Amino acid sequence: MSGQTTTQGTQDWRGVAAEDRDEVPEQVSFLLRDRSRRLLADLLRPYRRRIALLVAVIVVCNAASLAIPLLVQVGIDSGIPPMRAGEGPGTLLAVVAAALAAAVTQAATRQAFLTMAGRIGQGIILELRRRVFRHFQRLSLSFHEDYTSGRVVSRLTSDIDAISEMLQSGFDSLVTAVLTLAGTAVLLLVLDVHLGLVALLPLPVLLLFTRWFRRQSSIAYRRTRETVALVIVHFVESMTGMRAVQAFRGERRNQEIFSRLNADYRDANIRSMRLIAVFMPGVKLIGNVTIAAVLFYGGWLAIDGQVTVGVLTAFLLYLRQFYEPMQEISQFYNTFQSAGAALEKLSGVLEERPAVAEPREPAALERPRGRLRFDGVEFSYLDGTPVLPRLDLTVPAGQVVALVGATGAGKTTLAKLVARFYDPGAGRVLLDGVDLRDLSEDALRRAVVLVTQENFLFTGSIADNIRFGRPGADADEVAAAARAVGAHGFVSALPDGYDTQVGKQGGRLSAGQRQLVAFARAFLADPAVLILDEATSSLDVPGERLVQRAMRTILTDRTALIIAHRLSTVEIADRVLVMDGGRIVEDGPPARLIAEAGRFAGLHRAWLDSISHRGPGGAPDLQESPGRN
Amino acid sequence: MGSLWRMKSYLRPYSGRLTAIWLTSFTGIAIGIAIPLVGKQIVNGPVARGDTGALFPLALLALALGAVEALFVLVRRWLLADAVIGLETAIRDDLYRHLQRLPMSFHGAWQSGQLLSRVTTDLSTIRRFLGFGMLFLVLITVQITAVTVLLFQMYWPLGLLVAGSAVPVVVVSMRFEKGYIAISRQVQDEQGDLATVVEESAGGIRTIKAFGRGGHVFDVFDDGARKVYRTSMEKVRLSARFFTFLEVVPNLTLALVLLLGALAVGSDRLLPGDLMAFTVLMLQLVWPISSLGFILAMAQEAMTAADRVAEVLDTDPDIVGGAKAIDRPRGHLRFEGVEFRFPGAAEPVLRDVWLEVRPGETVAVVGATGSGKTTLTSLVPRLHDVTAGRVTIDGRDVRDLPLPVLRSLVATAFEEPTLFSMSVRENLALGRPDATDEEIEAAIEVAQAGFVHGLPWGLATRIGEQGMSLSGGQRQRLALARAVLSRPKILVLDDTLSALDVETEALVEEALRRVLRDATGIVVAHRASTVLLADRVALLLDGTVAHVGRHHELMAAVPEYRALLSAGLDADDADDDADDGLDDDLDGLDAEGALR
Repeated sequence: MSGQTTTQGTQDWRGVAAEDRDEVPEQVSFLLRDRSRRLLADLLRPYRRRIALLVAVIVVCNAASLAIPLLVQVGIDSGIPPMRAGEGPGTLLAVVAAALAAAVTQAATRQAFLTMAGRIGQGIILELRRRVFRHFQRLSLSFHEDYTSGRVVSRLTSDIDAISEMLQSGFDSLVTAVLTLAGTAVLLLVLDVHLGLVALLPLPVLLLFTRWFRRQSSIAYRRTRETVALVIVHFVESMTGMRAVQAFRGERRNQEIFSRLNADYRDANIRSMRLIAVFMPGVKLIGNVTIAAVLFYGGWLAIDGQVTVGVLTAFLLYLRQFYEPMQEISQFYNTFQSAGAALEKLSGVLEERPAVAEPREPAALERPRGRLRFDGVEFSYLDGTPVLPRLDLTVPAGQVVALVGATGAGKTTLAKLVARFYDPGAGRVLLDGVDLRDLSEDALRRAVVLVTQENFLFTGSIADNIRFGRPGADADEVAAAARAVGAHGFVSALPDGYDTQVGKQGGRLSAGQRQLVAFARAFLADPAVLILDEATSSLDVPGERLVQRAMRTILTDRTALIIAHRLSTVEIADRVLVMDGGRIVEDGPPARLIAEAGRFAGLHRAWLDSISHRGPGGAPDLQESPGRN
Repeated sequence: MGSLWRMKSYLRPYSGRLTAIWLTSFTGIAIGIAIPLVGKQIVNGPVARGDTGALFPLALLALALGAVEALFVLVRRWLLADAVIGLETAIRDDLYRHLQRLPMSFHGAWQSGQLLSRVTTDLSTIRRFLGFGMLFLVLITVQITAVTVLLFQMYWPLGLLVAGSAVPVVVVSMRFEKGYIAISRQVQDEQGDLATVVEESAGGIRTIKAFGRGGHVFDVFDDGARKVYRTSMEKVRLSARFFTFLEVVPNLTLALVLLLGALAVGSDRLLPGDLMAFTVLMLQLVWPISSLGFILAMAQEAMTAADRVAEVLDTDPDIVGGAKAIDRPRGHLRFEGVEFRFPGAAEPVLRDVWLEVRPGETVAVVGATGSGKTTLTSLVPRLHDVTAGRVTIDGRDVRDLPLPVLRSLVATAFEEPTLFSMSVRENLALGRPDATDEEIEAAIEVAQAGFVHGLPWGLATRIGEQGMSLSGGQRQRLALARAVLSRPKILVLDDTLSALDVETEALVEEALRRVLRDATGIVVAHRASTVLLADRVALLLDGTVAHVGRHHELMAAVPEYRALLSAGLDADDADDDADDGLDDDLDGLDAEGALR
């Protein structure tokens, strides 16, 4: 079981990837960074009064709980002698009544505490969820492109869960354990100073032992999490990719990899269980030694008449609840650790500022017409690579413009600047003479809509998805939009028509159908400027034909920028822009460009060849190491 | 219960350790009971008589017992770790092995999430029960019985009181555990729904931003988050009530024990030391009694979990290999009257398909979306089995060949390529783990996948979900390289080039031509350019091969074929409500015209 070599082999097939940026270094949990502490304080602020009340309740609860063994002692020491002396059980009854009252008080306060703490915890979680979600929505696309959706999902699921777990179980146990510990220690000393000191003598040993365990267990815990994550990833991927696995006889290799990961996970698990296997009896040993010492010394003192049997009993009862919370606190250490790490990550996200900011005083744009102007626009990526060196361009309202060029020529960037997914580094993008940066988010989105090639459909019905373009639209308007783009036919042929659930991310519709739904959505939104990142590559010919026809309908009466991947799109364009290296190298109506024998004419010829069944002729002119990025 | 009992066989390798675990556990209980009794002895003996000399040996005994108890706990937990984790690991390995043998029809019907919960959550439930639950169930029962008997012996009215107080605790904890599980599931489900909203809002962020619908999406999320809040509060209230109950019963009992016990001591029916031992022993029972309910509920959970695991293990793979061999495979492929029907479907997807592909020949399969093209190709490597007729290679029914042999003869590049979170090399060499660097390089060359050398760590770069993300076209090229690398006699290209741009597609096709010269090829295509890779074309109509011929023959003679393959212009569509508003200058684009 050489853990090291197995790990080495593991890395081999996994390949290398950039270090996970989300990992927070160890030892953060109790020493949170400023931003996390601020966030925590901010989240707790609305509950200040209730937290004060909570503290009072828990103190009463613990006092009542600690009083019970004490009352047993009093009952034995002061209740029994009067009875033996024939004075009746009066004292005893009073003590028992007090014990019963303490039990009831303890129960009532305990329930109040648990409910109140739960309500505060859940309230904090709700607020945190809302805050982080809203913030993610507010952050610019440039952030999301770098951050990736997977990390957004883990922030809002596993990280929130970690904090929730801490609030639910860890917090309660910690508070109870600490109070019990402190209260018990005080009581033992009050009951009998000498015996109390003997009972508390092993405490430093216990604390050292606990610290050792905490360190070890956080290492072991981390290792378990890492190994189980690998098991899960490999399992899910081989199940979802079973077709490829079986088709390529990858079963044996996969079993090898899985067994190895499974064994790593086993080793990590065994290590962490063995750690507990040492810790638990260790605490028990310390407790048992203490009990023996108390029995010996307490017996000694009892013989001398310095302590009573009642005090001895109370000691044994208290010692029982003294050492057990230690085990619990250590168990919850990992919970605290991961909640601390999660809080760090969340506060990091909340610190991000949107790169595309809302204007202080938005300009008015009553009835957008759709005239676009790029005025000396420059744009480069974060790392400084220029995408658009300098661009000047005017698109009159109502014009349909096709953007053509190889991957990386800047077509998509140009489109995203119009949709203000990014702001230009220099220059201005103007809509009807107004700088986009002066428009409110609402006004801009009413005027400009971008339909991406992703055609993202949300869980829900087809009608819901079309209505996403204009949430207030009624059923007739939805159907009208679908009819306009030619989607009505297939939608009404579905078993539930517009109420058909599209399934996870549109899985139940074909690629062409998804695109039509996305078009209907855009049509319903009715923007003055429509940007289409046209991607018909995955459609078959009849599907593409449907989409082409729909495009003509939705482009009527609006300004349009179409990123043309297949040149069939140019037939509906008024104007073609050929881009190369972020510059416009050809500009004019399609017919003229074809006649001029420039780059576009070459591309066009190549495209004609590809569809005219003569087989690909010479490689097209506009070809710059295709597909490399 | 049967399924759970069966899982127990995984503990067989640990029988020695298990015996030791049982022995140490029982001894541990005995010691746990003995320590308070030593205390009783000290109070009743030396303390009562003032005998200092007798005190020391008794205290030493308590110390020794305490040390041995701790030691036994250590041994028990240490050995238990091996056994239960070993059990879980072995079942998980077996499950994975079995799942890999199950056919695509099974994997199509089960979501990976359902399978994942079986290898993780269900297995830990089983582990917890077989490892701790079962052991503690027995131990606790013994402990409760022993202590109760002891208490009865010491003073029966108190024993009766303690035993009586245990009943409601067990009943309530069992009922609570069930309710708690139900409400925890509900919270989990609602959190799952919320996670779906999160996933979609993250994945669809461009769409949301494009339409400015952040507010709308937030409302949807907020609804879900509030629902989780309400259910979680219900859960909080439920457990608050329960845990309070759990503490109040022993406390009340303790008060009553004090009352009755002190009265008994007062009337000399009980010794003071007995009363002390009694209270300590009684409190020792609090945890076991309340755990009893949990463990019983846990047992039920474990049984359900075991049933769920057994459900998978008991599914027999219905696609298993034969024993015959082909000496020198040539790759002569024939579909002979093939029918395929999905389980439970009324209509077959494919019926009476006859098609022959001779060694070295390439046939394109063309048909509308959903016409069964992919299904047809999946019958060759037996990802699915024919429901009638047969598929033969070199005259041998594919069902007579061992699966590894068959699947080394056939390689498929799928339209939606599957990449695993592994290195590029591991991904490419899926079908040939022993491929040399030269062979990998050649396959990359054919698929025009040279971009892999530009990745940060070249072929060692991790790709897939957990690594570098690649574009659709890049992924398809890797899938193609993977298929080419496995050097099949029969190469199936299932619309592999759909996500490539025109220029790359041309380069890939050029290189593929060379590969296809030496192999039998089936090319699923929906573009004319891809069809041209093939020598002949088979047109799938209504689930069967309606026409076979050369591309230009079908173009000329079959209107349905024309409709599927001529460039996306309305004018070509024979029965189409042609858009008359087509610009005149676009006539030059008329592909049909160009052909004529």
